[in-house]
Amino acid sequence: MSLLQINDLSKEYVMGQQILRALDHVTLSIERNDYVAITGTSGSGKSTMLNILGCLDRPTEGNYVLNGKDVSLLNPDELAEIRNREIGFIFQSFNLLTRATALQNVMQPLIYQGVHGKERKRRAIEALDHVNLGNRMDHLPNQLSGGQRQRVAIARALVTKPSILLADEPTGNLDSRTTIEIMKLFDELHKQNQTIIIVTHEPEIANHCLRIVRLEDGHVAEDRSREKA
Amino acid sequence: MFFDMMESLKSALHSIRAHGFRSFLTTLGIIIGVAAVIATVSIIQGLQYTVNQQFEGLGTNSLSVQSYTSLQDRLQGHLSRVTPNDLELISTRVEGIASITPIISPNSGTLNQVRYGSQVTGTQITGSTYTYQDVGRIYMKYGRFLSDTDNTTRRRVVVIGENVRQNLSLPENPVGQFVRIGDEWVKIIGLSEERGQIFGQNQDNYAILPYSTMRTLSGNQRIPDIFIQMTFTDINMMEAIRDRVTLLLRNAHGIKEGKDDDFRVQTSDQLTSTFNNILTTVTIVMGGIVSISLLVGGIGIMNIMLVSVTERTREIGICKAIGAKRHQILMQFLFESLLLCLLGGFVGLVLGYGLGLAASAAIPNFPTAVVPVWAILLAVGFSVFVGLVFGIMPAAKAANLDPIEALRYE
Ligand SMILES: Nc1ncnc2c1ncn2[C@@H]1O[C@H](COP(=O)(O)OP(=O)(O)OP(=O)(O)O)[C@@H](O)[C@H]1O
Ligand SMILES: [Mg+2]
Repeated sequence: MSLLQINDLSKEYVMGQQILRALDHVTLSIERNDYVAITGTSGSGKSTMLNILGCLDRPTEGNYVLNGKDVSLLNPDELAEIRNREIGFIFQSFNLLTRATALQNVMQPLIYQGVHGKERKRRAIEALDHVNLGNRMDHLPNQLSGGQRQRVAIARALVTKPSILLADEPTGNLDSRTTIEIMKLFDELHKQNQTIIIVTHEPEIANHCLRIVRLEDGHVAEDRSREKA
Repeated sequence: MFFDMMESLKSALHSIRAHGFRSFLTTLGIIIGVAAVIATVSIIQGLQYTVNQQFEGLGTNSLSVQSYTSLQDRLQGHLSRVTPNDLELISTRVEGIASITPIISPNSGTLNQVRYGSQVTGTQITGSTYTYQDVGRIYMKYGRFLSDTDNTTRRRVVVIGENVRQNLSLPENPVGQFVRIGDEWVKIIGLSEERGQIFGQNQDNYAILPYSTMRTLSGNQRIPDIFIQMTFTDINMMEAIRDRVTLLLRNAHGIKEGKDDDFRVQTSDQLTSTFNNILTTVTIVMGGIVSISLLVGGIGIMNIMLVSVTERTREIGICKAIGAKRHQILMQFLFESLLLCLLGGFVGLVLGYGLGLAASAAIPNFPTAVVPVWAILLAVGFSVFVGLVFGIMPAAKAANLDPIEALRYE
């Protein structure tokens, strides 16, 4: 059984008189340890899809089965639980808590899991070390560079050991060197059996992945797998 | 659950500290409200305590008899009296009385002036007996108080308060001097110790004559209304004596069956409780007024919390996106308003007590402010209540935010 399965899924936005179909009857399944890039032109529905996969948003039609659970049947608290335990979400705009240090940001999801003080700190430090930020733990987000912020966001997504890592343009605001660094990190995570889905419009990044799903006006225009290099 | 509470508490504290000055302004309403309650209550309680102590001088095994005119009678111009005849009746026909103290109050008499040389002063002239010293808690500075024989032999002697001495420019020790009361010369036999002021009322402007002398001086033509204070030998006799006195006076006053007494026989407890009732009423009224200010304070808190929720919409969105459940967000904001209120309550408590102390110290001879435990509990309880009631709405608003909407909020 697939780790993640969406069937005939649509998402509509109502804008006054107009109805905008951001996703149009999409069907897709993703296996454990897949390494998927979702590409497409701007406005093709990539973020919308990722938000639904990340249980942040709900589809208008169709269903979404994650780990055998039909997500559309869950209430807000159950969704929060899934976001907390199953999903690591890396936002395009980092979305760090501005008044909290890097360490506190990474510890935050563990608080919602009920992990206690020492253990929480230990795991957060481990995650920060993993992204090479062990020496910036007490910095506030605005005291960090863009790449460092992105790595804090990645550490926060990884700290709960989620079954899926979702990343929306994780290298969008980064220079090429940092981009390479981050992609190396993703490759490594993939080798450690992590399922990864990356939204990107950069072909180099997409080609780095093992499978490319191209969206066009809200539907899947292309879905091809690449042989492991 | 406990874990969640501790975490919410921590982040609430964090956020309050992060907005230190705003937090202070937010709680100002609560601070002022609680301070006002505590100041008021502490002053009144201090007063009550002192007054109760003064009434204790009457002793627990005592009864008082005084006239009582119903409002209806008063409107019709009838005034009830307890007369010297009543006194005579009680002292001769009631058994078990240890002491009986008649007190002729000065309110209706023409005797209200004392002269010395060319000086004249108006004062409260009371007629009573030697037992009045205990009842009135009078301590002598010079000379002595009235004796039993002063009364039985109608001696023309008087005990005066410090204020009278000053007004008449009498010597420091006025004992032996003669003053004129009405048409008679009266010898000063004692000067009592100063008592100071209560409520700005001078407590030392009085002159006390023997009861029978007072009767003679006022010419016997007016029948005075007297207050009778008595003690009895056995406290268990109180009810019996009370009934007996009531019966005697009803007969003497010719009150028909079914009609109300035109006098009151009261224990000293009842006197105290009458006074306390007044103070309690004052406390409640003040409390009511002040509660309104607490309410306003609560609305202030709600307002700021709502602003704070809006301001932190994105932050809430992030927390929800990484897995915060509704109750976790709810608790964080609820704790924040609760803590704000408690903080305000505590500061108000200290401030109010300080104000009470300062106020009671500023008025001479005013009793020291006392904060009773119930007032502290009330203040804290009210703060918690306000925090919960006015915090729940903003907290619920935060908890129910949709994660994706909140994240999109600019
Ligand atoms: N909240 C919204 N309300 C209305 N329309 C929306 C909303 N969010 C997205 N859309 C619309 O849905 C479509 C898909 O948007 P989406 O953000 O998924 O695009 P995208 O593929 O991520 O684009 P980009 O590469 O620029 O990030 C767009 O046409 C967009 O205008
Ligand atoms: Mg996008």
